[in-house]
Amino acid sequence: MDAVSLNYVLAIGAVLFVCGVICMTTKRNGIGILMGVELVLNGANLNFVAFSRYTSLGLDGQVVSLFVIVLAAAEAAVALAIALNFYNNHLTIDVDRGDELHG
Amino acid sequence: MNVEQLLFALFALLTCAGAISVVICQNVVRMAFSLIVCLASVSALFFLLSADFVGATQLMVYVGGTVVLLIFGVMLTSSSTLLQIRTSPAEGFLAAGIGVLFLAVFSFTAWSVDWDANSDRIARVTAVDVPPQGYNEASSGNTVRPLAMAFVGLRPDKGGNAAGYLLPFEIISVHLLVVLIGAAYLARTKRRVSADTQNK
Repeated sequence: MDAVSLNYVLAIGAVLFVCGVICMTTKRNGIGILMGVELVLNGANLNFVAFSRYTSLGLDGQVVSLFVIVLAAAEAAVALAIALNFYNNHLTIDVDRGDELHG
Repeated sequence: MNVEQLLFALFALLTCAGAISVVICQNVVRMAFSLIVCLASVSALFFLLSADFVGATQLMVYVGGTVVLLIFGVMLTSSSTLLQIRTSPAEGFLAAGIGVLFLAVFSFTAWSVDWDANSDRIARVTAVDVPPQGYNEASSGNTVRPLAMAFVGLRPDKGGNAAGYLLPFEIISVHLLVVLIGAAYLARTKRRVSADTQNK
């Protein structure tokens, strides 16, 4: 029997996911929204690695979590470039100011 | 309570505290520091789950790369008056309530599943002879060689016929190259909008 049950790891993943979602919805700073996305991806990663450790999934969970890490790095680079462009055009990073398409 | 449980509780606490602190803090630099604490604790949890290569990659790519990128973004986009952009308290309370509901739903779902029976059923359906507790015992911990073989399409850990990951590996390599070139193209210096033509 293991020292730590699978459910506790899943609970930590759930906390990370919920914090990330709240961060994405409530922050008005564009960089803060990016941090929320990173938290959500980390919660998913933690679940993948936990299933890889505790179930018969085997090594596949770790492979998928490595893919998620690479995709998160790529997403952070592109989103940061977009945030810099937003700042150059609006002189602020407040995402509520990006309302040119508002009807 | 043995050492492993103690370490797990400590890093779980640090992870949750870091994540909640990212949500609560209004200062972007403090948010970035809380994010570093949270991600480093997650990598420690990976080590405790005997995923040593994923934990090391998490430390290098996230804590060493992505967070530094985010901090550069903070420095490039913040002037002194714009460092704190506040959300209204009503939105904060609403988000906290929704978050507690979300967390209750997820925890209830995770706790109501019988994972051992599920694992047995998967093993019966797929008829792959794998040990029920992952791929190796926690003490050996060496996952670099099986991971590398899985990435080039060989799966000795699951018998010879299991699927490898050669094509996703190639796709994600090209994807990373394209994305980094695109990011460098998007973020290059352009003529900046002067303050007097700003209409707000």
